[in-house]
Amino acid sequence: MGVWQSYRLRLQRKRWLLRAWRKRRELRSVTNRTGAIKPGDILLFSTLRNEQLRLPYFLQYYRDMGVNHFLLVDNDSTDGSLEYLAEHPDVSVWHTRHGYKRARFGVDWLNWLQMQHAHGHWSLVVDPDEFLIYPFCDTRSLRALTDWLDASSIKSFAAMLLDMYPKGPIGAQPYRQGQDPIEIANWFDAGNYSIKRNKRFGNLWIQGGPRSRVFFADKPEKAPALNKIPLVKWDKRYAYVSSTHMLLPRGLNLVYDEWGGEKASGVLLHAKFLNTFSEKAQEELTRKQHYAASVEYKAYAESLQDDPDLWCKWSERYINWRQLEILGLMSKGNWA
Amino acid sequence: MSVGIVMLVHTALGRAEQVARHWAAGGCPVVIHVDRSVPKKTYTAFVEALSDLKQVRFCKRHRCEWGTWGIVAASQAGAEMMLSEFQEVRHVYLASGSCLPLRPVQELIDYLAARPRTDFIESATTADVPWTVGGLDQERFTLRFPFSWKRQRYLFDTFVKLQRKIGLKRKMPNGLVPHMGSQWWCLTRQTLSAILQDPERPTYDTFFKRVWIPDESYFQSLARLYSGHIESRSLTLSKFDFQGKPHIFYDDHLQLLRRSDCFVARKIWPHANRLYEVFLTDAAGAMKKTEPNPGKIDRIFAKAVERRTRGRAGLYMQSRFPNPGWENGITSSPYSVFEGFSDLFEDFEGWLAKATSARVHGHLFAPDRVEFAGGQSLMNGALSDSAALRDYNPRSFLCNLIWNTRGERQCFQFGPADIQDIAWDFVKDPNAQVSVISGAWAVPLFRSNRNFADIRKDAALLQRIESEHLNVLRSPYVKAKVRIWTMAEFIEAPMEPLQTILDEIGNRSLRRLAEVPKMVDLDGFGQFLQNLKNQGMHPYLMGDFPVARDMPNAPQSPRKPYLVR
Repeated sequence: MGVWQSYRLRLQRKRWLLRAWRKRRELRSVTNRTGAIKPGDILLFSTLRNEQLRLPYFLQYYRDMGVNHFLLVDNDSTDGSLEYLAEHPDVSVWHTRHGYKRARFGVDWLNWLQMQHAHGHWSLVVDPDEFLIYPFCDTRSLRALTDWLDASSIKSFAAMLLDMYPKGPIGAQPYRQGQDPIEIANWFDAGNYSIKRNKRFGNLWIQGGPRSRVFFADKPEKAPALNKIPLVKWDKRYAYVSSTHMLLPRGLNLVYDEWGGEKASGVLLHAKFLNTFSEKAQEELTRKQHYAASVEYKAYAESLQDDPDLWCKWSERYINWRQLEILGLMSKGNWA
Repeated sequence: MSVGIVMLVHTALGRAEQVARHWAAGGCPVVIHVDRSVPKKTYTAFVEALSDLKQVRFCKRHRCEWGTWGIVAASQAGAEMMLSEFQEVRHVYLASGSCLPLRPVQELIDYLAARPRTDFIESATTADVPWTVGGLDQERFTLRFPFSWKRQRYLFDTFVKLQRKIGLKRKMPNGLVPHMGSQWWCLTRQTLSAILQDPERPTYDTFFKRVWIPDESYFQSLARLYSGHIESRSLTLSKFDFQGKPHIFYDDHLQLLRRSDCFVARKIWPHANRLYEVFLTDAAGAMKKTEPNPGKIDRIFAKAVERRTRGRAGLYMQSRFPNPGWENGITSSPYSVFEGFSDLFEDFEGWLAKATSARVHGHLFAPDRVEFAGGQSLMNGALSDSAALRDYNPRSFLCNLIWNTRGERQCFQFGPADIQDIAWDFVKDPNAQVSVISGAWAVPLFRSNRNFADIRKDAALLQRIESEHLNVLRSPYVKAKVRIWTMAEFIEAPMEPLQTILDEIGNRSLRRLAEVPKMVDLDGFGQFLQNLKNQGMHPYLMGDFPVARDMPNAPQSPRKPYLVR
């Protein structure tokens, strides 16, 4: 890469940081317990809207995994999410009424919070419907992973988004609060992913899975990106560019090996397709606050009319991380 | 009391304290060296915590930075104190704060007592072992390293380059032969004191102060001068990854460690509570007698290195995306591409599936849809038959299909009417077996019921595409196993080529082919080609079909399947 291009990327990074700084005014602190964050704590950042139903399990899942503090942005929930979150001693919440889209789908808000609070910490950025799976996650805590990453001088950890879906129509099995959503949506596509390299930012661009297969079979280039880098040893100079798909500086995007080897990676189980989905899709369609003029939700809405079944006979039923590693969706790398 | 432990400690002092107590309880005196970069307050608290143990001492502190002299200085200080203050110690065991004794201390004491004159130190000449990572092996000794690798990388690298350029070299003092090995050793009083009290020690120390990573070579080289009996292995189990960093042990390694039959393991994750709980108990509970199986640990960590450096062939995923040429196998397993066969034979796919145990697809790269075996709309891994999805990334599609069906051979048809982009991918793939009957695309045209003008146009197009494709198949970049017959050649003796291809696929039955596929009726094909020629479109890829000959020795009645014995 030439000097000119790296200079341009540097400018771009500064621009995102400046933008995050500008957007800080949109955030109003509701409960700020960040004073309790100790050096070395693992932090989780997320933006959410009307997720009261999912929050109890979400918080519990990551708390058990070893996340020490949650820093959340509530985008004007009307279902009591905000009040619920304020009760928890390891949660700090900010509230905003401003547009999700204008904040580049929450990236600006989180970039700002990360700049403020995550410097020197391992920082995990996930949505409330994303559940991180990493090698040995059944026997080793997240701290074991981050300690190992530290010891190996690795600064960012990839976890691809794996869309999970139930067998039968999406709306058939209602989700109860506190329940593990993977109990319902426990099927996934094992091997229909397209991978391309993004030359500019150096990241991989992964598309595929059930969304691509069912909703985007005739316009695959519009299918949502599945590559994610949610776990980063944060520095206040870093910035997410687009969701958690890629970062600047671009060295952080090099989470894959180019010489034939495998680096360690995880998976984000994406429990989007629960019975709550149709409602959400309808709402998002009217709010128009999602990516690329909500093209994704438009495509869903068309298909959702007939309550689709994403399941097919080649769907794979989720068992554990070892299964995902054998299928080649994630890797232990040289962590043993 | 014959074993003294020298412990080098820099983090996780709580764990170090636990281990020190364990050693002391087992009757071993312990000398602890705490890195000078540990804050004074933490250090005094640590000393305070262990003050109830008479057998535990603290030696002079040095700053221990990886790769520098500090670690040797620390070991020297610790060993000197051990030898002078505990006269009854016969063996000195060098351990770190993240080492964990796996077997009861008494076993170690007995083991060493039975070998009173043996020094356990891994020590190999640099010329003979390719251990080192990063290219510095012999040069560790011949160059000078005044700069820190961690903090002053640029100066470090530049200075190395400069010395190489000038040809600056150092000689080993007193003809010492450089040896290297694990830094965790167990030496006898005799050997150790000989090293520490050598009148030449200042010479050696001065030399090794400028050696790169001296802790892996100082004692290893000097022990060779004095030891009567070196056993070149470390009593400490330590596994290294591809970058030379030690692997870390976690709770889930408990069973492995139990079966390792090593005395001490490093490095243990400080939060591996269960490991510390299990191994730091009294002799009775520590080691449930299990059959030692140290090979298993070796395999697990060797596999990790292999996975990190070579990876799984044919896998493309979020953390493995090889540059072109570095795939170590473009696809994961062998597969076959058939060109022209399904045009020449009736129901070739059905026949092939019966004759082999392979999965036989139609034209996977047909323009309108993916023709999966049995007309399925989805295939293993939920691969879709949508042509748009496939054409969005044909290479991913092919590699995915082969990866998803590991263990089952895939065959598919290909021809000039298909999307051609994929050709370069399978042509460069050693896993591909490509068999071509050139010109066979003319057969469906011949049998079609269409206007001759359209047929002529199609024939010209297909011939041009296939001709280009054949050039690709004959290019010097080809790695696939390619066989090309002209159609005329092939129908002379169809059995032989078919048998060869099937043998290569690995036929389920080893018998000769029992049933040949039924060839389509080619009566009048020669005339058909002549007609094309007469219209100015010369079909040449199928070879020579004389107008009159049609089929050589062709029976007048339509062909039937026949048996070959």
